[in-house]
Amino acid sequence: MDGFSKSIGGGGPNVPAGSHPAGGSQAAAGGGATQRTQYPYVTGTSVIALKYKDGVIMACDTGASYGSTLRYKSVERIKAVGKHSIIGASGEYSDFQEILRYLDELTLSDHMWDDGNSLGPKEIHSYLTRVMYNRRNKFDPLWNSLVIGGVKKGPKGDEKYLGMVNMIGTHFEENHVATGFGNHLAIPILRAEWHEDMTFEEAVKLVEKCLLVLLYRDRSSINKFQIAKITTEGSTIYPPYSLKTYWGFTHFENPAQGAVGSW
Amino acid sequence: MTGSMDLPAKGGFSFDLCRRNNMLQKNGLKLPGFRKTGTTIVGLVFQDGVVLGADTRATEGPIVADKNCEKIHFMAPNIYCCGAGTAADTEAVTDMVSSQLQLHRYATGRESRVVTALTLLKSHLFRYQGHVSAALVLGGVDCTGPHLHTVYPHGSTDTLPFATMGSGSLAAMSVFESKYKEGLTREEGIQLVSDAICAGIFNDLGSGSNVDVCVITKGKTEYLRNHQLPNPRTYASSKGYSFTKGQTEVLSTKITPLKQKVEVTEGGDAMEE
Repeated sequence: MDGFSKSIGGGGPNVPAGSHPAGGSQAAAGGGATQRTQYPYVTGTSVIALKYKDGVIMACDTGASYGSTLRYKSVERIKAVGKHSIIGASGEYSDFQEILRYLDELTLSDHMWDDGNSLGPKEIHSYLTRVMYNRRNKFDPLWNSLVIGGVKKGPKGDEKYLGMVNMIGTHFEENHVATGFGNHLAIPILRAEWHEDMTFEEAVKLVEKCLLVLLYRDRSSINKFQIAKITTEGSTIYPPYSLKTYWGFTHFENPAQGAVGSW
Repeated sequence: MTGSMDLPAKGGFSFDLCRRNNMLQKNGLKLPGFRKTGTTIVGLVFQDGVVLGADTRATEGPIVADKNCEKIHFMAPNIYCCGAGTAADTEAVTDMVSSQLQLHRYATGRESRVVTALTLLKSHLFRYQGHVSAALVLGGVDCTGPHLHTVYPHGSTDTLPFATMGSGSLAAMSVFESKYKEGLTREEGIQLVSDAICAGIFNDLGSGSNVDVCVITKGKTEYLRNHQLPNPRTYASSKGYSFTKGQTEVLSTKITPLKQKVEVTEGGDAMEE
């Protein structure tokens, strides 16, 4: 055990760039039996979502990075939960898979009550908030920012719901949310251009606008996106597709011709 | 200033006092803080020239130190520079290069070029290895056309069709990336720059207050100070306040006439010492 951690070389609490992950975290935890999440390994980047006329639309890219390497290029970071919700996650991918397992157990035991009732997005959001906050209090967080969206029939008719929880347990409900870099790049656009009761086409155009900016300016995003929507009819996760990028500005051709020594 | 033009600068930044400063800090001296501008500054190239924009908030940690400061600095009649980072550094470095450009204009008898300002700024900042914390957006129109550059504190530069810097740069860049196209007209350029600065003002805590815009075209520069005021001061009463005479009850009146006594000495000692 000792020799193993020494052979990793350097080890300690530094992020092991490309070295074996399991060895790194054991070295970081010291000799203790408890293993705690110190830092994420395989991470997904931003997720953006907004409410529209018929429900909620959510989108993200399909990439998962291992540090600065783009390791996986076809990862689904949006999944359906029960009949009424979809969940998207950014951050550590293995923690997202664990959360999906918890949600499976939750929806299954709820189904076994066999009372005709099913968990709506608000309940799922509340459950996940408790899970995330309690894990944070034990200094062993699930390293994710989760977006939960859904539609469920309520006392005032079909109620759309969109909320977010992050790894420290901060949670809120909003008309439009974004995680990670989306907070800085997509939220300004959503705040300026979102309005009530957008049609599906308008919502997709707005989401694509944000995804394109994220593609240009977030180094960990890739040009392969998935859009998902949830309405009263159920959830639909569309197949992945690419966006067209534009590089034809005249200033990009030979930019340093007027200023030798600049880029 | 003239001295710096005659002799070339000797070597790089002088680190002589760093050991003494470290020793003082270890013995309990608290170093003074920096006033950062916490900013959104932008620039873009349109069909006839460049448009520069900036917000007007200067922060000192969590406090707004100046609600309406000027972040678009004059470099030459045809070149302006927006500054982000430490306020003193941006002011000093732009003032210094502006006077160097003026002397150069006297020496050559020609209009200054943007690359001249660029080279003077980047070589100064590189010499100081990033310790002069000035991130600049430099734009202007000279005989070779319109130019827009960004200058980073360590001395690297970019030449771009549209650029943003400062803490609000991501919010402003999202607006530019989604709406910029080539061959914008003057009105479209000003509108896009104002939109980008407003995105910074409303989505970034380090930026706020008003929008300053500067439009530079061949032969003409327009500095639109406070082009937009999207954060007006509001009052509880929508009509504002009016204080008419008689609203405050006068309890007593006492008038004391001040004696007018001024002695003027003709041909006295003027300003000795």
